Amino acid sequence: MLAKRIIPCLDVRNGRVVKGKKFENLIDIDEPAKLAAFYSENGADELVFYDITASSDGRALFCNVLEEVAANVFIPLTVGGGINNLDDFDRVLKCGADKVSINSGAVANPLIISQAAKLYGNQCVVLSMDVKLTDNGYKIFTKGGRNQTEIDAVEWAKFAQDSGAGEIVVNSIDTDGVKRGFDLPLLNLICKAVNIPVVASGGAGSISDFVTLFKNTNVDAGLGASVFHFNEFSIKELKNELKNNKIEVRM
Amino acid sequence: MIAIIDYGVGNLFSLVGSLKKIGAQSVVTADCEIIDAADKIILPGVGAFGDAICKLKKNGLDNFLIGQCEKGKPLLGICLGMQLLFEKSYEYGVHDGLGLIKGYILPLKDYVGNLKVPHMGWNGLKIQDDNPIFKNTKQGEAVYFVHSYFANCKNNVSATTDYGIEVTAAVRKGNVYGVQFHPEKSGESGLKILKAFANL
Repeated sequence: MLAKRIIPCLDVRNGRVVKGKKFENLIDIDEPAKLAAFYSENGADELVFYDITASSDGRALFCNVLEEVAANVFIPLTVGGGINNLDDFDRVLKCGADKVSINSGAVANPLIISQAAKLYGNQCVVLSMDVKLTDNGYKIFTKGGRNQTEIDAVEWAKFAQDSGAGEIVVNSIDTDGVKRGFDLPLLNLICKAVNIPVVASGGAGSISDFVTLFKNTNVDAGLGASVFHFNEFSIKELKNELKNNKIEVRM
Repeated sequence: MIAIIDYGVGNLFSLVGSLKKIGAQSVVTADCEIIDAADKIILPGVGAFGDAICKLKKNGLDNFLIGQCEKGKPLLGICLGMQLLFEKSYEYGVHDGLGLIKGYILPLKDYVGNLKVPHMGWNGLKIQDDNPIFKNTKQGEAVYFVHSYFANCKNNVSATTDYGIEVTAAVRKGNVYGVQFHPEKSGESGLKILKAFANL
């Protein structure tokens, strides 16, 4: 049976892993390659790197970091942040990414999903969406959560699937960094709307949050950042508890 | 020396890195002389079948690789590289493969009911023969899959994985080997399999 995946998420800024709360207040964590190797050796099923650098210097640094990670870490690597066109896909794939995650870039140019899927295969294209509950329902936000669009989250997920995305990462702005559990109502809505893998992001604070996530939704993977970076619990401890709860995991 | 066939399909970063990690020498090449001089071949591949077989044919690599296999040289096809070993694929049209192993490549979505496609993630291996590349692999050990099409074949199946149906995870016919999963993305479990192939 297919195992539920546990994915540490590494936000990289100017060549360092950082972590914020509700997309703000960044704290320095560690060297990306070192952290990636550590997670890979300790049970991570996949790694996600987000390039949250704005400058071109930082971007070149990010590519160097990625190359170093890809040459030494042999689990799947998803890369996102600053992906706006096919050249950006090309750039990160050449540095060793297996999947490319596109977020605001797809809102600005929705056709890029189908173009990239055709060129690199569906498995390579991940739609990452930042979602917040508004008075008018779940809406897509861009620019790191600062800008609200009128796009409905469920419709956007369906569009991504129909355009050829191979996976969807759902980041809940409401639960991000709050560490009181994943956004189950939102995740259930998205899972019911599509038939491609869905990754839950935003809100992991305890082992039981992951147990609750996998018991109550049909998501394929759970993403965590600060819980792993600050060593609140290890991936091994988490997987042991998931296994005790009869959730299929790779030990 | 292992020749990794370079025909412009997918990134070879992890494959090259993982062979280096296990201490196997490799070269990424499309040069027939270099491939001929190598003692093993890996045929990688990510993307669409039609595009990949076209690229192989354009370089004349299709018949050359068939010749290399007939000479008895071990060849390992990975993911799409495994699918290319078969007779035909029904991915966006109908395409002829290398025909080294009997069987067809079919869309998973027509066979796995309401399970999600692509089949993406870690799934356990059910090893079914004495394939030497699984010499150090335990029954049930998980490896990383990502694919939307699968090999439908009666014979030569070395391992399967459970995803609604018994999905072909590995094949072997004499010196021709294929794995649907990505050993270069399957952590220690994958490195063991690559090492066993390198040590054949």
